[in-house]
This record gives sequence, C-alpha cells and structure tokens, in this order.
Amino acid sequence: MGAPKKSLPKALSSDDPEELARVPLQAVLLADSFTTKFRPITLERPKVLLPLVNVSMIEYALAWLESAGVEEVFVFCCAHAKQVTSYIENSQWRSQPNFTVTTIESHNSVSAGDALRLIYERNVIHGDFVLISGDTLSNMSLARALQDHKDRRKKDSNAVMTMIIKRSKPSSATHQSRLGTEELFMAIDPVTKQLLYYEENANHLKGTLSLDKMLLVDNSSITLHNDMQDCYIDICSPEVLSLFTDNFDYQHLRRHFVKGLLVDDIMGYKIFTHEIHSSYAARIENYRSYDTISKDIIQRWTYPLVPDILFPGNSPTRLDRQGMYRASEIQLSRSAKVGPLTVIGSSTVVGSNTTVVNSVIGKGCTIGSNVLIEGSYIWDNVIIEDGCELRHAIVCDGVIMKSGSRLEPGVVLSFKVVIGPNFVVPPYSKVSLHQQPTVEDSDEELEYADNSSDTIHSSTKGQVDKLNGGSSSDLSEMQQQSIPELGLGGMGYIWSICEGCHEEEWKHSVAPIPPEKLTEITRAIEDDLDIANMDRNAPASSGELKPDTQVDSEDDENEDSRDDSVYFEKEVEATFLRAVNENIKVDHVILEVNSLRLSYNMQSADCAGAIFYSMMRLASQLSHSTASELYKNVGSVVGKWRKLLKSYLPGKDEEIEVILKFEEICLESAKELSPLFTQILHFLYDKEILSEEAIQDWETEKADADESDKIFVKQAEKFLQWLREASEEEE
Amino acid sequence: MPDVQSLVNEFILKLKKRKIEGSQANARQTAVLLRSVISQQRIPYTSQAAALIDAVRAVGQQLTAANPIELAVGNIVRRVLHIIREEDLSLTTGAIEGLNVSSVSDDDSDTDKDDNPGLSAAALAAAARSTLRPPSLQTLLEDLPDSSAIPHTSSSGDNSDGKSKSADKSTKSRKLKHDVIEAVNELIQDIDTCHDQIAEQAVEHIHHNEVILTLGSSKTVLEFLCAAKEKKRSFRVFVAEGAPRYQGHLLAKELVARGLQTTLITDSAVFAMISRVNMVIVGAHAVMANGGVIAPVGLNMVALAAQRHAVPFVVLAGCHKLCPLYPHNPEVLLNELRSPSELLDFGEFSDCMDFGYGTGTPLLHVVNPTFDYVPPKLVSLFITDIGGHNPSYMYRLIADYYSADDLVLQKKAASVN
Repeated sequence: MGAPKKSLPKALSSDDPEELARVPLQAVLLADSFTTKFRPITLERPKVLLPLVNVSMIEYALAWLESAGVEEVFVFCCAHAKQVTSYIENSQWRSQPNFTVTTIESHNSVSAGDALRLIYERNVIHGDFVLISGDTLSNMSLARALQDHKDRRKKDSNAVMTMIIKRSKPSSATHQSRLGTEELFMAIDPVTKQLLYYEENANHLKGTLSLDKMLLVDNSSITLHNDMQDCYIDICSPEVLSLFTDNFDYQHLRRHFVKGLLVDDIMGYKIFTHEIHSSYAARIENYRSYDTISKDIIQRWTYPLVPDILFPGNSPTRLDRQGMYRASEIQLSRSAKVGPLTVIGSSTVVGSNTTVVNSVIGKGCTIGSNVLIEGSYIWDNVIIEDGCELRHAIVCDGVIMKSGSRLEPGVVLSFKVVIGPNFVVPPYSKVSLHQQPTVEDSDEELEYADNSSDTIHSSTKGQVDKLNGGSSSDLSEMQQQSIPELGLGGMGYIWSICEGCHEEEWKHSVAPIPPEKLTEITRAIEDDLDIANMDRNAPASSGELKPDTQVDSEDDENEDSRDDSVYFEKEVEATFLRAVNENIKVDHVILEVNSLRLSYNMQSADCAGAIFYSMMRLASQLSHSTASELYKNVGSVVGKWRKLLKSYLPGKDEEIEVILKFEEICLESAKELSPLFTQILHFLYDKEILSEEAIQDWETEKADADESDKIFVKQAEKFLQWLREASEEEE
Repeated sequence: MPDVQSLVNEFILKLKKRKIEGSQANARQTAVLLRSVISQQRIPYTSQAAALIDAVRAVGQQLTAANPIELAVGNIVRRVLHIIREEDLSLTTGAIEGLNVSSVSDDDSDTDKDDNPGLSAAALAAAARSTLRPPSLQTLLEDLPDSSAIPHTSSSGDNSDGKSKSADKSTKSRKLKHDVIEAVNELIQDIDTCHDQIAEQAVEHIHHNEVILTLGSSKTVLEFLCAAKEKKRSFRVFVAEGAPRYQGHLLAKELVARGLQTTLITDSAVFAMISRVNMVIVGAHAVMANGGVIAPVGLNMVALAAQRHAVPFVVLAGCHKLCPLYPHNPEVLLNELRSPSELLDFGEFSDCMDFGYGTGTPLLHVVNPTFDYVPPKLVSLFITDIGGHNPSYMYRLIADYYSADDLVLQKKAASVN
C-alpha cells in the first residue's frame, strides 16, 4: 500500500463538517486591489483575472477557499465588475456542490473599507468569515486557525480578527528581491499571540521603532518580529464589518483598520495572529511578486495548486524532468531548447532554434524561430516572430512582436500591442494601447477611481477600433503617430514614467534587481550594521591598547558622525518643510526634532544649526527678485519660526554655532545671502535670537583665524562696532 | 442521472485535490461510485452491455483524467468493465443454449434481418466456448479476433441481442444489471477484505526469530505483521522512517501498540542493517503489468540493498493495485512531485529561493517525488489476496482480471472526443 495514511486528515475533516454544519463558513474575496501597481494591464482587465502560470489569479483563491472548507464566497468586484461577474458566471464554480460564489458589484467603492461597508449593508455575513483579496495564493489548512479563532472568541468576545502570518528571512534585501515589499515590524504577545504593534514601510524610520510604553506595562512579555510576512489572509468576526461602518474613514485594511484598532484601542477589540509553518501563502502585490510567486508555483510550493494537477480553469499539463510543464497539443520544434522551470500552454507552437528558459508561455501562442525567451511571462495568443529577444518581460494577450524586436528587462506590454520590426523597447517601459492617464492620482489608495474612466477608455478604444476598420486614412494616421514610438507598424503608447516613481521602477518590476542596485541595498544594510557595531565597539576599543587601531576607529567614527550629521540635517530640513507646508504647530515640530536629535545622538547646537540652515534654505527658495525681497523673506520666515529656533538656543554656545552655520551657508549653499549677512545678523539680534555676547564671542573667536575666514567679520565690522559702543554706553 | 453526475463530479473534485489518500480508499470509492452509475443507468432493450460499458467508460475517463497518478482508480474501472463483459457473455451463452432448445420459432420472426447467419453463429460459438472455460491466455487470444469483428459487423451483436430480446427481454434487462451489481458488490467486498486475505498468508512467510525490514507505512504491511504476531510467531521488525513524510514513525507506534518488537531506523541506515534482515516486506502504490512496482520513495534503494545481500524482497499488494499497463518512463510519468515544504520550511530558505537578482534563476531547487519505481528483477515475491506470485506471473493475473479491450481507457477517449 502506498505511503498515505488516512487517519490524520480524516480526523480533521470529520471534525470540520460538525463545525460547519452550524454556521456555514463564509468568505469575502475582494476582487480588486484598489491600487494601480499593475497598470497599464489593469486598465483593460481586472487584476484578479490576470493569468498566473496560465490560470487566473481568482481561480487560485477560490480553489483554496473551497478546499479549506469555505461554503459561501462573496466576490466583491469594483473595477471591471462586469468582467469579473461574467467570468464567475461561466466558470465551473457555479456548479460546485456545497460551494456557492456570489458576486457583489459596486461602482463607487474606492477602497477595501468601502467594500466592507457595502457588504455590511447587504447583511449577508452571519458568522465568522475569511477575508482575502483576490490576488492571494495559499494552500494552508484553515481548520486549525479557525478553531483557534473560535476558541478565543468563546473566551473573549473582543478577539475580532485573526491574522495569518508566516516566517521569512529578516533581511530587507530578501524582502526586496523576493516580493518587492518593505520590511514589516510586528510586536506579538508570545503567549496569547495577540498582535500589539504593526508597522509596515518602516524604512523612513531609519531603523528606529517607537513602541508605546503602555505596551510594556500591560504585557508581561513581547516578542518583536521583523522576520514575519503578512499573508493578507484574515479570519474576521462580523464585528469587523460594523467597525468599518462605524469608522467611515477607514480605507486601507492594514494601514487604517489594523493600526486604528491597535493604536486607538477602540472598545478593547483585539487582533490575534496565527503563524503557519509549512504551508504556503503569499499575495501578488506588484510585478516582482508576480514573478516570484509564479516561480514558487512552478517549483510546487503551492501544491496541490500546481499546473499539472487539474483544478477548474487549467488544462491537462504534464510535468517533465527539471520542472518543465507541457500542456497537450503543443508543437515544439526539435531544435528548440526548452530549459528548466518553464510552462508551455496548450496548442502553442515553438519554432526551431528557439530558447525558452524560466518562462511561462500561455495558450495558443506562436513563437518563431531563433527567439530567445528568458524569465518572461507570455500570456495567451501572442505572436512572436523570428529573431525576437525577450528578457524578463510580461507580454499580455494578443500582442504581436514583429521579427527582430527586442524587449529589455522589466518591459510590460499590455493587450494587443504591436511592436515593430527590429524595435528595441527600453527597459522598464510599459506599453499600452491606451494613453497614459494625464492626471496621476497621488494618493495610492484612491487610485481606483477610474471605474468610470475605464468605461470611457473602452469606448474610446472601441472608437479607435472602428476607425481602424472603417477608414484606412485614419489607420495610417494612427500608424504614423505611433511609428516613432514603437517602430514601423507598431501600435501602442509607451507610458512615460512619472518622476517620483522612476526610482521605484526597478523595485517592483519583473526583472531581477540590477546588480548595482542590489549591492546598494546590501551596502546600505551593511552600513547600518557597521554603525550599530561601531556605536557598541567604539568605547570598548578606545579603552583598549593598540593606538593605531584606535586612530582608525576614531577616523571611522568621525566619518560616521559626519555622515550622520548630513543625514540629520536632511531629516530636520524635511521635517521643517513639512511643518511649513502642513502648518504644524511649533510645539509638535519641536517634539519631532527632539526625537530626531535623540535618535541621531546630536547636541541642541546641531539642532539649532540645522533648523537655521533649513530656514535660510526656505527663505532663499521663496520667490524673490531683489536682495531686499530676499531679506523680507528671511524676516518673515525667521519671525514665524522664531520660537522653534529659540527653543534650541539655551545659551551662548548654541548661538555661536548658529552664526558659524550662517557663515557656512553664505559661503557654500546660498551665495545670494552673503551680501545680506550683516543685515540678517542685525535682524537676529533685534529679534533676540542672538545675544550680544554671542556675537562678540564669535568675533573674538574669529580674531585669530585665516584672512579668508574673516570676510564676514569684516563685513559685519560696522555692526560689531555699533554693538560694542552700545554696550559701552550702557556701562 | 443528474444526481449520479453530481456524485461523479464530487468524486472527481476529490481526486483532483488529492483529498483521498491511499489506493485502497480510492479503489473502494471508485467501485461504489461505479455501482451507483450502473444502477442508475437506463438500459435500452438492445445492446445493454454496450450501453453499460459506454456509461462506465465515460465515467472512467473522467476519473482517470482527474488523477492519472492514482492507478487504482483506472484499475477498478477496468475491473468493472470486465465484469460487465463477463456477465453479458454468460447471459448470452445462456440465451444461446435456450435458443438451441427452441430455436425455430424465434428464428423465423427475424429471418429477414439475419442475412449473415454464418458469421453470427461463429461469433456466438466462440463466445459460448469462452464462457464455458475459465479465462486463460488462449481464450484471450481467441477473443481478439472476435472483438475486432464486432465493430465491422455490428449487426451480429444486434442479432444476438435481438434474439435474446424476443426470448427473455424482460428478465434479461433486469438480470444483466442485477448480475453486474452483484459482481461489483463482490468486488467492493474483495477490496474491503484484501488486507485480511493477505494477512492470512503471513504465517507461511514469517518464521520464528526472523528480522523483517519495512519502509514507510502501509496498512497491508501492518496487518500482515500483526497477523503473524497473533499466530504466536515471535520476530523483530526494523522500520525505516520513510522521509520526508516520516510515516514510518506512525507504523512503529502502531506496531509497538500491538506488542511487536520494533526498531526505528533512518532511511540511510537501511544498507547498514540489511545484512541482519531475513526478509524485506513492503507495501506498494501499484503493481505494473511487467511486475515492476510503483512504491513509496526510497524503496528502490531498499530493493537494491536487499538484492546485494540476497534478502528476499516481498511486496504486498491487494488486487486493486494490479495495473494492466506497462510502465513507460515511470520515474517521471507515473510520479507525483509534492510540495517541497515537506522537506524544508519555506521561510527558512526564502533567501535561497529568491529570483530577484542575477539571471533570475534560483540556485536552490527542491524536488520531492512521491514514488519510486522498483524494476521486476528486484522483487522476489508478490503476495496478493489470492496468494503469492512471481513478478513474471503478473501478466497472467492481469489477464484474469481485465479484458484486453479495456486496457486503453484514455486513448479511446481521445479518438472519440
């Protein structure tokens, strides 16, 4: 008899039906991610219907829910709701026994929060439910997590949510290169598994976390994790829906809801975590995770959701040696080289001398000879003519690549784009038949407002199609338009990459991280580590022998501190600018600057210098044409933020520091201020920011400096003299 | 019919999701499902057997497509098809005998149709002969021209049915179905009792003070060993743990609970221990027509070790595991690669698994096959529920259980569709 033993799973599954008999387990599947990471593809097709290893993402989610014992699923669709609904209508899920899929359409929801509020209004959820988004992939067994959740609920009715987490390596390079996500920090009570703190995108904190000290008072022990990955699978109680309704400003599940619950402590509701070990769970957030998760599927981590096992929505596929999956009825030329970890969909033709490595090719594609396909995802019915080269690209349905064209790493070709012969598409470019929407929504979550615009898009597209078919003049006109963009006969627009996200482009692309960026990341990590080590080592080494090493370490330290002060200055400036733009109260700014000062281990003199520096920068950046206008600007800025500056000027030394800094500014960064040096100095004196003694001390300090250093002393000679006379008079 | 279809669909889903574990459970459920398919199938007056065969074959195609690796499902489908053919034949011969007694009155009613009496008579005679004797290699060979003749002259089949219809149409239609269901019930019972049947033979194979080695866990092996224990044989068992699923641990626990002297070893220690072993007794996933065995991973190594030290390698297999197919490239085509997470934890290795740099090819590739193929020359003996057999005798057993027409379930499906 084969190895399998049924005693264990049987026991579990016999447990399940009893539990489920009372309340059928429900699930809410958000078939909309409310982000635009997958644009331009998502302009034409919703993200959940995009193929992942030749099967729509939503199939994986539904197959998992079904196998996990969920009986009723509500698919919430918003963008392209019609497409999702008709897909579900025609899928096999309609005919499943003991498993119903209901779609809920909405046209004005812009976030997960809106979706959950709508579901609450519908009043369809009666008990605990599983909340996932349609792009989640898992093979975990829910039985255990559900049981834990229910047990906790019995004891404490405030345990409203169980979040599934998974261990991953804590290095941020790994995070970056695997899923393109930032590091995530969590604080968890090791005994009860209660989630106490949740912080994603912790990068801007520069390695510091601030925990509420009440956490330490209330809990006897806390474990802090940076090695956990959020699977975005939650088991929720019905209260979660009403919480969303009560707090109508909650939009994002994690950023608002979880944090809100943790920070504001509403009604004492608690969130717990459940860690999975051997099973797989991940969410496709961007192109990078699309790439990674596809490869995980091919490597069978998601078993039994793998290509050669039939589940609704995929076609019979055979697994050959070295992870080659081949569907039926493919035509593979004898001389074609198909490397490991590839999937080839049914009725695809691959020509001679073509090399396919690490790639997924969909159904009905025609691939010519001498083509190189490496690390790419080619969807259905794509035509690739002879001699093309594709490296780490995503090619959507119906694309035609004319002979000799080339895709550089990171390219995304949206539906039905045509690439002209011998055209080279530059790296990281996104090409679509639609033009890039001109107004970029800056707020990430509210981006899916284009449900309405989507229909416009499709209608314009329809018009274009009509024009194409109708009058040849229009056609040629259009082709002429696009010739410069995509080569002869090419169709589509290359989306310009917005300035802000240019830096981010490599992070989230399908292409592997370029080596130089990777070294950058690892170096940054090493630097962090070095600094941390240095802080710890410095006192120890100075106490030890070996003068030469001591010198070395001091040098390093100086360098470090110089680096640090530069960073610190930048941070302070950013804080200050934000304060100015958002009109934050001076007290709050002081608080923030104080926290920065502590984290960088700086003196208040440094703070004063940095703040003064940022004030001057601001003043010189404000529009001015003449020196007097500039002076006025300085006056108004200093006048407004006097309190802030003053709070870091407890004594003479700090004031001198400010003057020295001022000198530095005038010399280096803002030369236009130098003629005004005396005037501003006087102004600062008038405003009681600088005291008489400080200025005089500065003068004496400068007395024995180089001639070149004395420019400003000389410039201020008159003022200084006046000061001296005034003090003498007083005496 | 619709509720049968839903039953079928449900079972297919289970097969697809690999929810049923163990070939015995799969075999039993398949038989039960086919029984309900047969009982629900509406039978036309003519060519009843063909209708049943078509229905069963249609379901069988779906089932085998759902999980091609689980050979037991296909085996049971073929067994049921074979049962239908046999029952049909025995009924037909019964009808012929009836015809021979009172042939004249029936014959003139459809003489106009009966334009080639010679051929049909020959076919009937062949059929009659074959049912009178137990099936053997010779009858199988004789069957071949017969079955190839049927498609050409379907009229002959119709004729025989036409005659029997006029003879005893009301009784036969009920009788065929009834007989088939009876036979399927017997089959289900066979599957249920196969462990006991195999275990009964234990005393003949296990002797006093012997050392038995096994790998992984198998219900059949457990029952076999326990049966010997109950017969007051005292012996020791070495259990290799069977990485990566470590089912050997479960088996060791069970054995100890039943009072057997047990030693648990790692898989890699098998070669070191084999010199002290008197006999290797293992279970199988499937037994192929050439006598090769599809078995849990690691068994090929054990078999090689056993051969090196001339230790008998005994495979226990219920009849439902007998597969009439010859293995072609079994290491790949009849294998299933399970999730690598059974070998190592994903989180621990996530940095090895990233594709984000370099050429995008991960350097670590984890392969977790479920089965091994043990070639027939390494197997000393098969013990099935009807006794012990040599590997070279397997094809004979298969000829007893399966009819040659049904060997290719899937290919016909492709040509029909």
